[in-house]
Amino acid sequence: METEAKTGLKIIINDRELKANGDETILELAKNNNIYIPTLCHHSDLCLKGVCRICLVEIEGQNILHAACSTPVAENMIICTNTEKVRKARKMVIELLLANHYGDCLTCKRNLNCELQKLAAEYNIEEIRFKKPKEKRYKIETVTPIVRDNDKCILCRRCIRVCEKIQGVEAIKPLYRGKESSIGCLYNLDLGEITCVMCGQCINHCPTGALTEKDATKDAWKALDNPAKHVIVQTAPSIRVALAEEFNIPPGIAVTGKMIAALREIGFNAIFDTDFTADLLIVEESFEFLTKLKKSYYDNENISLPMFTSCCPSWINFIEHYYPDLLSHLSTCKSPQQMFGALAKTYYANKAGISPEDMVSISIMPCTAKKFEANRAEMSHNGYKNVDYVLTTREFARMIKQSGLNLMELQDSEYDQSMGISTGAGLIFGATGGVTEGILRTVYELVTGNDVPFNELDITPARGMEGIREISIKINNPLENWKFLDDFEIKIAVAHGLANARNLMDKIRDGTANYHFIEIMACPGGCIGGGGQPIPTNESIRKSRANTIYSEEKIVQIRKSHENPALKRLYEEFLENPLGETSKKLLHTFYT
Amino acid sequence: MERKRILSRDYKIGNAITEALSCNRTNIIEQIKDSGLKGKCRTDFSTGIKWELAANLPGNNKYVICNADEGEPGTFKSRILLQNHIETLIEGMIIAGYAINSNNGIIYLRAEYRWMLKDLIKKVDKLREKDFLGKNILGKNFDFDIEFRLNAGAYICGEETSLIESLEGKRGEPRNKPPYPTEKGYLDCPTIINNVETFCYVPYIINEGIEEFKKTSNTKLFSVSGDCERADIYEIDLNTKIIDLLGLIGAKDTKSVLIGGTSGIVISEKDFDKPINYKGLPAGSSIIVFNNSRNMRKILKNFMEFFVEESCGHCTPCREGNIKLLEAIEKINKGDSIPDKYIQTLLELAEIMKMSSKCSLGRSSANSFINFYKIEYRDYIYGN
Repeated sequence: METEAKTGLKIIINDRELKANGDETILELAKNNNIYIPTLCHHSDLCLKGVCRICLVEIEGQNILHAACSTPVAENMIICTNTEKVRKARKMVIELLLANHYGDCLTCKRNLNCELQKLAAEYNIEEIRFKKPKEKRYKIETVTPIVRDNDKCILCRRCIRVCEKIQGVEAIKPLYRGKESSIGCLYNLDLGEITCVMCGQCINHCPTGALTEKDATKDAWKALDNPAKHVIVQTAPSIRVALAEEFNIPPGIAVTGKMIAALREIGFNAIFDTDFTADLLIVEESFEFLTKLKKSYYDNENISLPMFTSCCPSWINFIEHYYPDLLSHLSTCKSPQQMFGALAKTYYANKAGISPEDMVSISIMPCTAKKFEANRAEMSHNGYKNVDYVLTTREFARMIKQSGLNLMELQDSEYDQSMGISTGAGLIFGATGGVTEGILRTVYELVTGNDVPFNELDITPARGMEGIREISIKINNPLENWKFLDDFEIKIAVAHGLANARNLMDKIRDGTANYHFIEIMACPGGCIGGGGQPIPTNESIRKSRANTIYSEEKIVQIRKSHENPALKRLYEEFLENPLGETSKKLLHTFYT
Repeated sequence: MERKRILSRDYKIGNAITEALSCNRTNIIEQIKDSGLKGKCRTDFSTGIKWELAANLPGNNKYVICNADEGEPGTFKSRILLQNHIETLIEGMIIAGYAINSNNGIIYLRAEYRWMLKDLIKKVDKLREKDFLGKNILGKNFDFDIEFRLNAGAYICGEETSLIESLEGKRGEPRNKPPYPTEKGYLDCPTIINNVETFCYVPYIINEGIEEFKKTSNTKLFSVSGDCERADIYEIDLNTKIIDLLGLIGAKDTKSVLIGGTSGIVISEKDFDKPINYKGLPAGSSIIVFNNSRNMRKILKNFMEFFVEESCGHCTPCREGNIKLLEAIEKINKGDSIPDKYIQTLLELAEIMKMSSKCSLGRSSANSFINFYKIEYRDYIYGN
């Protein structure tokens, strides 16, 4: 009865009569009608909270002001978003926040991209009428790749909500109350001492500079400035579709060529593509998967199925912390970043005649957990770290700016040959479902000799932003060696956002899920929505980035990893066989 | 001037339940609505309408919660009611449960009242033995039982949505409203939350009838304390003159009276001939009396410290605002002068806190500062 009455409500905002369907908040209705209401604690990815009280509006007939973000519209509501009372209250709230915000805008990483700064400018805060703290009250936490500076925190709790609701991790929480209120970890421990997975989503959702990534640009510059060092760089698939946003270009523009040109200008000695080792991972993991299927269904061995992907370092942290009993399900493949690093200091070093000692391997990643991954003890070979330094998209953009380059005006350039050739399958790694799609294209062909039965190789059920997606493919007419798979249905699940992963893992644990292969990406949308990507990131931006990856993939000539000519050469010259001895030594690992 | 509807009327346990269970549900809600019974807490929302909202929702997975998290300084009426009139309270809750079609009652008890829990449980067990609680109460097709849950010590959990969060095992912080608890409360089920006093009036209404209740509806229960001989709870007619009240409780050499709790109004001698509700009755229900030996500046600073500490830290105006107000009070108390302009800023802040805070804590705490300001800068100059 109530829902029926709610449809087609009449609401007036600022003398404009608007139609509402009844389930939106005042803020949503205003937004849909191009009426601007400032916000801080609100983020379109997150559940509503109503803590900051910036979005106050006046509702006729009510003495108090209401937070537009958390007040649902109601029939005949008359709302004013721009009265003296509202402006004064908002200004007061901003002043209160600024009075408790200690830090210098000029030396803040979020300078010019800070929501608090923007509001202070909008509301023309000429003086803060309240006393500000004279010195730092909190120590800056730099143990992990995620740097926390509570002096800049405005307690909007976006970090807490993304950590809890989207990632299902709950590493950070509101602590204490009243005057002592702060955000932190249980028992006030450091992030490094608790079950933080270092995905960086908190950074991506922070409106201020309270959460930032640990800077690696200084290390990168030091290497570049040292003429004795041969500095090589790899760029992850998702960087090219997001980088331009750091230069005020709307989301959804791929700048692959310009990005490579910028890297050349900056002075990297060799510029390679992580897509290449994404292809390599697909081939290795496809063989691994098929081996497992064979052992399980032909040799009747007791094999841990489903097999889980292992390319996302936050996911690895998550499963190590929360589902250690399921570790045997993980693929042994290192991530493309680490495979690349391992090959760079062996295969490439050999080819180019450079000693790995003189080489610095840098990667540009959409991710803060990659910084952690690169430092893991198991990620080195012969005493050399596979990857020396990891830069996020944001750090990379800062380096471009420091170099005085205008990204959008650079002439397109191309990756260097030996490890710069890649296929479409490697490229779509950057979006959730991409690994699955790449692996299915290869697995299906290995087993049947034919293309996957999807129009133009587009495995559409693997794509999209649904939290958990299921794909099943029936094997028809397999080749002689795979006869046991005739009519076999491969069942796959794809999840992104660790809360969704948790859902799946619980089902695996209690035996209620029946899959053969599971792809997990920690961040919503996969790497295109990674914690190291440009801020802001939200659902519509993630969709634009993903769409761009898929449209870029369409124009790539080779779209199956196993057809990558550079990869074939790699196997011929160096690795010999997938899952061969060299492969196992360099490209595979184990987790604890 | 003083009445005794709850405190010591002739009362026989079970009369009201028997009567209520013989009526149909809507009839009881109509009676409560018509009686004009209102929440005795910070809000004065109609109890009957609250019950009706929950009753209109389908199913019986609903909760009746008694808010016994009495944390306001100077308030102790719930404590006395719990100690001496728990049967009346339970009877009120059973009737509420029957009216909204709920089988579950929870008494959310202030952590500091843990000492009385054992005794309360004993008394409730007795009621169960007498068939007033449990399955098929008094042979009717109606089940209802009550459990006690303890607060963990935060003042904010007296706010109904924070109370629910706390019951669910979460950090005590206010929820966004709507949805109101009557629609989505404890465990997302329809929930009515009333305080101890409100539930205690219910048996009276059912037994004595609406007309009888209305005759005395201008009465409120006050916790009276401070510099007086007979600190206690009193059921007082709101038209009672303050001076008469002071006589009743044996207060002498009175300097000022704080009506309505820490966030209420300070009244000075020149207004003692006025009725206690002459400024519109403030939210709380305590009356604190101060004699001439007291330093009001220190008292109000103490109240402000209470709010700074008890703000849950959730919304900006309350978390940050209270701190600023306290800082100013401390400065003035130290004898430092504060520029007029800054005082104006703080008064603006106090007004904005009242309008923009998320819950009633932040909306009322600034009153302590306003009281302080009046004493310090207006016609209430007392000095030390």
